[in-house]
Amino acid sequence: MSTADVRTLGATDAIPERRRGQRTVWSLFRRHRLAVAGMVVMGILIFIGIFAPLIAPHDPNAVSLANFREPPTSEHLLGTDAQGRDVLSRIMYATRISLSVGLVAVAIYVVIGTVLGGVAGFFGGWVDSIIMRLADVILSFPAIIVIITVVSIIGPSIFNVMLVIGLLGWPPIARLVRGEFLTLRGRDFVTASESIGASSPRIIFRHILPNATTPIIVNATFGVAQAILLEAGLSFLGLGVQPPTASWGNILNAAQSFTLLEEMPWLWLPPGFMIVISVLAINFLGDGLRDALDPRARR
Amino acid sequence: MGRYLLRRLLISIPVLIGITIAMYAIVNLAPGDPVTALLNPEQMSNLGPEWVEEQRQALGLNDPLPLRYLKWLGETVQGNLGYSTVDRQPVAETIGDRIWPTLKLMLTVIVISVVAGITLGVLSALKQHTFFDYLMTFLGFLTVSIPGFFLGLILIYVFALRLDWLPATGMYTLGQPRSFTDDLAHIIMPATVLGLAQAAPIMRYTRASLLDTIGQDYVTVARAKGLKESRIVVGHSLRNALIPIITIVALNVPSLLGGTVVIEQVFAWPGMGTLAISSVTGRDYNVLMGINLIVAIMILLSNLLADVIYAFADPRIKYA
Repeated sequence: MSTADVRTLGATDAIPERRRGQRTVWSLFRRHRLAVAGMVVMGILIFIGIFAPLIAPHDPNAVSLANFREPPTSEHLLGTDAQGRDVLSRIMYATRISLSVGLVAVAIYVVIGTVLGGVAGFFGGWVDSIIMRLADVILSFPAIIVIITVVSIIGPSIFNVMLVIGLLGWPPIARLVRGEFLTLRGRDFVTASESIGASSPRIIFRHILPNATTPIIVNATFGVAQAILLEAGLSFLGLGVQPPTASWGNILNAAQSFTLLEEMPWLWLPPGFMIVISVLAINFLGDGLRDALDPRARR
Repeated sequence: MGRYLLRRLLISIPVLIGITIAMYAIVNLAPGDPVTALLNPEQMSNLGPEWVEEQRQALGLNDPLPLRYLKWLGETVQGNLGYSTVDRQPVAETIGDRIWPTLKLMLTVIVISVVAGITLGVLSALKQHTFFDYLMTFLGFLTVSIPGFFLGLILIYVFALRLDWLPATGMYTLGQPRSFTDDLAHIIMPATVLGLAQAAPIMRYTRASLLDTIGQDYVTVARAKGLKESRIVVGHSLRNALIPIITIVALNVPSLLGGTVVIEQVFAWPGMGTLAISSVTGRDYNVLMGINLIVAIMILLSNLLADVIYAFADPRIKYA
């Protein structure tokens, strides 16, 4: 293939494709009503998370033994917990913690997965075999069991939860990136840029990786939902975010006592609903993104 | 078939060894010394550091890590998983007591999720683009978005604490002779919570694959022969669609095992999940390692079992 061909291809195909693409992505996404609703809900939750100190009615950690286990009043809209702390304020601050854990953990494993998947797909051979077998083993093992084993040794903390979820979450991303490398390596446009002397990094970052961004974004979106669920489960068990820092899961931890479960529904129902609402919103958002961005899944 | 199984079993050995190496390394990063951890400080000051050193030497703790791993592996292969540092029982016995409740729960969940998933999947495919279909899609999203422990707490709150219909925790009523109805009453809630999450992917798959077959020639032929619509769906479309569900169930075994850890804790189910949590809080590393090993074996065996069932269900598949 000559350089002239390459230029024609780029001129007639790529540029209009992109302009047309952007319009269809938004209109396709808009058509998925639940995805738009999910986006709005996430916007609100992120707003609450960022501005928690400004909008929370009380200090989330202010202990008040005078009015503990108080049902909802106009002063404490969601009542108070066993230490007299304002539940609504704790949930607002917990929004910040739970969303951050989800986002940071996924950011960690997207980076690891992209690098390892890229290395495996680009170099192939035994490097590929080792990385992918490792991915198989991690994927086939229940994450929560590995996490509680590791946490029992390094101790539970918000930082460790992010780190462990991040270190265990990379295999799907790595598989995806590797797959993109394997399908694209032999394609004409890659061969073409090789033939005009493009360097390996240029081919990797300029030509192959951009093709993997769409599936990575979709996968990472669902991943944030998964990470929030994992953090909630761990914190519920007392192995995740440690009090007094509030997370949705560790507020629910109090509901392990049946007296609190029966007599103080205002304490455990709201944080549970926050988890459901955020995870549902992110899953719908991811579903909408997949429909809109992934031409292979388009119906 | 026999040779295929043997080969598969042999292939899983390196995977198991890999897992145990990783586990051994992680557990040995644990702070604390096994000798001093078991002694009270008063005794230790009497015995002195020389004695501790002697014990370390005697227990082989001064050997290099790879050598200690090989010794551990040798014992493990013979079924000796060491002793629990909390209840002083052999780990194999401790886990042996807990593995059956977990297996019972898992099998119940698999039955519930397969029956519910297929039924709802077929119904929503038959009623495609109706309110029921959309409702099922939404509920599918909801069941994978709701944390199992939260759903469990809601069920306990409603059915055990408010209505008092079902027992909140445990596997059977203590101090009463075991009966089927009592066992059933105890397993309903935990199995439902786990079953709903597991049913969602089966429902989605059944719906999609049934819709795929609608345009196929053999379905048109069946219709042209004048078969009843129910015969076409059950006898022709569904039959082929069902086989891959075996794979879906097998692939979901890890997530099911992970789910049982949390759900067992919520319902105080006396299985491996509650054991894992209590050994984390008690820093009982031998038990934790044993659980990890058993979980790995369970997952490898479930994959193998899925392959075997597959070969029986689909005569086109032959393992050489």
